[in-house]
Amino acid sequence: MTNTSTVRKTDLIFGRSLDTLTLLRNAMQRDKDGLIQELIDSGLRGRGGAGFPTGLKWKFAKGAPGNEKYIICNADEGEPGTFKDRVILEKAADKVFAGMGLCGWLTGATKGFIYLRNEYIWMRNHILAQMNDMNEAFRQMKLDFSIGLKMGSGAYVCGEETALIESMESKRGEPRNKPPFPAIAGYEDKPTVVNNVETWVYALLISYIGADVFAAYGTEQSTGSKLFSVSGDTPKPGVYELEMGMKLSDFVAEFGDGDTKAVQVGGASGFCVPRRKFDQVIIGFEGIPTGGSMMLFNSHRSMYHVLHNFLEFFMEESCGQCTPCRVGCQQLLLGIEAVKSKTKPAQYLDTLMEFTETMRLASKCGLGQSVGNAFNSIVNEFYEEMIY
Amino acid sequence: MEKTVLEEIIYRQGAQRDRLLPILQDVVEQQNFLTEGDMLHIANLLQMSAAEVYGTASFYSFLPLNRKGKYMIRLCKSIIAKMKGSDQVLAAITDQLGIKPGETTADGVFSLELVNDIGWSDREPAMLINDKVFTDLDPVKVTHILTNYLKQASTQAFVTNLSTN
Repeated sequence: MTNTSTVRKTDLIFGRSLDTLTLLRNAMQRDKDGLIQELIDSGLRGRGGAGFPTGLKWKFAKGAPGNEKYIICNADEGEPGTFKDRVILEKAADKVFAGMGLCGWLTGATKGFIYLRNEYIWMRNHILAQMNDMNEAFRQMKLDFSIGLKMGSGAYVCGEETALIESMESKRGEPRNKPPFPAIAGYEDKPTVVNNVETWVYALLISYIGADVFAAYGTEQSTGSKLFSVSGDTPKPGVYELEMGMKLSDFVAEFGDGDTKAVQVGGASGFCVPRRKFDQVIIGFEGIPTGGSMMLFNSHRSMYHVLHNFLEFFMEESCGQCTPCRVGCQQLLLGIEAVKSKTKPAQYLDTLMEFTETMRLASKCGLGQSVGNAFNSIVNEFYEEMIY
Repeated sequence: MEKTVLEEIIYRQGAQRDRLLPILQDVVEQQNFLTEGDMLHIANLLQMSAAEVYGTASFYSFLPLNRKGKYMIRLCKSIIAKMKGSDQVLAAITDQLGIKPGETTADGVFSLELVNDIGWSDREPAMLINDKVFTDLDPVKVTHILTNYLKQASTQAFVTNLSTN
């Protein structure tokens, strides 16, 4: 085994060689359909984790009928272990807002919103100042588009785009049935583009650097680079912009503490990878995708406690609207406690894994559907730790 | 909350169904929680059912429905926070203020809650106090922070006493 290959770092998002308003002005000189095609060709996929092709989403919204459309920045970053949107909003909010303006120009939307989680209320004044500056810039360049701020109120599920829209409409943040998708009927039932904070910046940058330069990084299905939130047992926690499609073993060689036992890729709703599989796993849509959360655990950590913490989280954050998720999250938590205390036999873990399959099939949104990701990977890989 | 203050908030936000959440948020920003009376009055002025106001408010963890202190401490309890020592920070808070999670001090100055990830896994343990954030906490640091808040609270109480006497 060699440690010669290392992860490739990039500096697109925080790089300051290009002026944000110049980027926007240049983009608005271009042909609209050509620019959307450029986005599609770049292979850019949503950076919040779900990975829907950004160019396609914008194309749908542009083609949607009507002249009332909305652009929404999803800044409800709530996945455990994620904090990259916080850093983008602290250091490069202007690029986020310019990206939204670009989408407004392309799709014909005149109103945008940023939905900011209440946990980030300490940066509200900063966001308002940056937003007002950008709205003024839009006015000066005669772009009929303005951005407003909506605050969240502490609900993880509102990161799901239709729950976010419900919350923006002052309702309980319960996910909607899909279809219709927001690109057709979103906020106020009008065509709506919802993208993650990071996606707006990349879309703006691709309009300048071009699809080829962007896609030169990464792999076929996971082009470009993205921001990773690195935390846990690491000597250098923080936000790093890395090339997509890296091997997890390379990531661990760069960020591990020499004793990494497992990496949780994609937060509580993602997958746990044990040490012996590090060199088999690609970080990207070919392997394990992530919204950016990378939590490292060393051999001193109990994976039972990790799973217990995740399940408590899901039980609290399940919106309760659909039964598989509401009851499932609770029963999984009670179930691993029962096995640990020997009131249920070890085989009960297998029954619980079957529960997660029901949750995956029958839950309405990504929350309930993905609880099984962490559950099954942790239970399967660390079976003995769950029992003893 | 006094009806006139509440009406001022509603007037500023607009008395429409789709302004409910900003109105509730404004009330909580001023008094840290919502009372039954507040919700009934809002329902009246927005011409919607009280159950719907309650149903919406009760969905959100940052809209508390029972009395909270002037300073709302929200300590992160994510797995990363725990790994970095949030339990020791919690013990220090409980020692100093005499309250456990979910409780409010008898003088109504502090409330304490444990909350899910607040977006600082790179600098845990972390907590929010109202609209401020504090990171890289340890028992000594959190005690200093709370001592400052206690001084601030007693100064304000002193000034209030002066002006009312």
